[in-house]
Amino acid sequence: MNGLAVTVDPGLRRDDAQLKAVTPAQAGVHPHHERDDAPAGQPLATLAALVHRDLLLAWRRRADALGTLVFFVLVTALFPLAVGPEPAQLRAIAPGVLWVAALLSATLALPRLFAQERADGTLEHLLLAREPLPWLLLGKALAHWLTTGLPLVLLSPVLALQFDLPADATAVLAASLLLGTPTLSLVGSVGAALTLGLRNGAVLLALLVLPLQVPVLVFGAGAVLAEAGGLGARAHLLMLGGLLCFATVLAPWAAAAALRISTE
Amino acid sequence: MSLEGHQLALARGDRTLFAGLDLAVDAGEALWVAGPNGSGKTSLLRLLAGLARPQHGEVRWHGTPITEQRGRYHAALLWVGHATGSPDDLTPVEHLRHAARLRGQACSERDAEQALERFGLGAASRRPARTLSQGQRKRVGLARLALQPAPALALLDEPFSALDTSAIQQLTDVLDGLLAGGSRVVYTTHQPQPLNAPGGVRELSLGALSPCGSGFSRDGLAARHASRLKPLPQHTGAVS
Amino acid sequence: MTHPLIDHQRPTLLWERLQPRWARGQARSAAEAAPTRLVWRYASPQAFYPLAGRLVPWFAVAAALLSAAGLGLGLLVAPTDATQGDAYRIIFVHVPAAWISMVAYLAMGFWSALGLVFNTRLSFLMARALAPTGALMAFLCLWTGALWGKPTWGAWWVWDARLTSMLLLFLLYLGVMALQAAIDDPARGDRAGALLTLVGVVNVPVIYGSVQWWNTLHQGASVSFTRAPTIATPMLLGLLLAAAGFWAYAIAVVLARVRRLIAEREHGAAWLPALSPSAP
Repeated sequence: MNGLAVTVDPGLRRDDAQLKAVTPAQAGVHPHHERDDAPAGQPLATLAALVHRDLLLAWRRRADALGTLVFFVLVTALFPLAVGPEPAQLRAIAPGVLWVAALLSATLALPRLFAQERADGTLEHLLLAREPLPWLLLGKALAHWLTTGLPLVLLSPVLALQFDLPADATAVLAASLLLGTPTLSLVGSVGAALTLGLRNGAVLLALLVLPLQVPVLVFGAGAVLAEAGGLGARAHLLMLGGLLCFATVLAPWAAAAALRISTE
Repeated sequence: MSLEGHQLALARGDRTLFAGLDLAVDAGEALWVAGPNGSGKTSLLRLLAGLARPQHGEVRWHGTPITEQRGRYHAALLWVGHATGSPDDLTPVEHLRHAARLRGQACSERDAEQALERFGLGAASRRPARTLSQGQRKRVGLARLALQPAPALALLDEPFSALDTSAIQQLTDVLDGLLAGGSRVVYTTHQPQPLNAPGGVRELSLGALSPCGSGFSRDGLAARHASRLKPLPQHTGAVS
Repeated sequence: MTHPLIDHQRPTLLWERLQPRWARGQARSAAEAAPTRLVWRYASPQAFYPLAGRLVPWFAVAAALLSAAGLGLGLLVAPTDATQGDAYRIIFVHVPAAWISMVAYLAMGFWSALGLVFNTRLSFLMARALAPTGALMAFLCLWTGALWGKPTWGAWWVWDARLTSMLLLFLLYLGVMALQAAIDDPARGDRAGALLTLVGVVNVPVIYGSVQWWNTLHQGASVSFTRAPTIATPMLLGLLLAAAGFWAYAIAVVLARVRRLIAEREHGAAWLPALSPSAP
């Protein structure tokens, strides 16, 4: 094929002055190299760039992330108001209350995972990226955890003070949240992908995801109760770690499949 | 033929959009997908990109089905959809760099700024996209076309809509450059736009199906669509 | 609407990925030749619709007879239990309901996996049809569990490990149904529900294990719904007959629902009015 020939439909008129041969060099285009296996993708660099971008976006919209934290504080404050201020009772219910509040806050923040991309039309960039979609969704879940789960972990000791939880139990609480909240983000990403763009999506998302997160809740709150009861939380924390590994391996695949189903 | 579609068939809910569709686009060629609203232009483009799967048939890139070489195909492909824009809180430069990174390309700030300048966005390249107008944000999405190295295949859904005349000219220039460099361009638009394609601009017309799907005969469907791909009459202009 | 060119869906990418490379070409032609094999012949809604129509009355009659026999035995003939009195008779409803709800979820998972791998429309319809029946059985199990608990242990609800797991299973069913109800596009709804079911199937052992852990650790009421170690023959026979009756009922209802779903989806297809004069 001669790069100098010009073909134009007579119906699509152009000024004759513009009918000139254009060589690639004149067009200022560097011809791509086809067929050569494109330089090997850089999975880690792409993942880091994706996480960096999501953190940047979250930072520029700090209010959204702070809203989740405020919700956490609010829910934990509701329980003493509801059950009465008696310290022994509060100490007994503290692990459960704090864990349920963390679970609900994390679930409330899940729609944000893909909502932004869907709104500005950049979701296809993820679907058409060079790296496999599950890998990228792992990055998105990681970024989501850094912006919602990690602040919950850091705030939890402060809230544990409200319930007069002893120090070692508080430490176990923070550790259990540290191990449990990434699992919440990972499993939640599957739900977020499935309910993408549906009306009433946030409530539906909670309905879908909360039963699947019961194991994390059971072992997380159980860890603190075991510590408070003198049994030691090691077994629980190990189970939480196991659930995290399980979710890290499987959830991105499910979320990628769900995202493709939702955007087809 | 490097991009090929074999016997593509797609249905949306109850309606069959097209069936038995064959197409091929080679280096330096442009394919204009035409048709009334609701005729499946966007769906066809999504099929070609691999975002949707056909009910029947397959899309091939350099002879291999795209489902078997996703990474490589995605690296060669650049998609600008109907609603593709840019995030509110990122500057165009940041967005371009990130988008290039996702496609597996390195992109420095200088590269991004040069690409934005070709679309007249040099001055606005450092402001958050939320402060730009709708047309400017659309041009940010299109500016990815001007990044180097050029993509081997560009799939554009309604790229010319909502652009003013100077932007249309800028886009046409960029597309001409891509085509001259051997890229392939598949695009949809309601107003035919003259493109300078070394391999020719061909039209694929997706037939006049009424939106409610009534009044078309299934018997003639295959025959009607199979031969829709026709090259536009050509004449070689004088080389000056 | 059946499309002239799309009578038998091509197996999807996943199916082809599961084949070794050298077999892929053969697999493609095998899939095209597959329709003649028996199981594939009924894989299209067009062939399954009349088959289901013929089967429903048989299962319905069987359900009525077996349930009557089982419940009759259980409620009237079986002896009064030494410890629990007559209240134990609720197991004749409770246990079959529990079995069916659990197996129905596995069956949903099976059809969902089949649908996602082979992309057959009928598999997705089977999974959709199973959900309401499974949910109903789960609810029945919970309700009868509460009814059993009140006279026996004085509480309407006991946080027994198995009842709690059944509650979570019920919520999983509701989740799938809610998701499919919220999605307008039937194809997307099919696939999304199928994926959610598979995620649930993988999670159910984990959920059950964690609830067991939770229950034993907290040393709740040491009640369990296991039967007494020795079980009288009329009781066992009644239980089996009742279970068989419930199974027949479930199958009849699911087949009828699949027929309704096929009629909805294939609305306007040429073969539909001929078989079902009442269809518009």
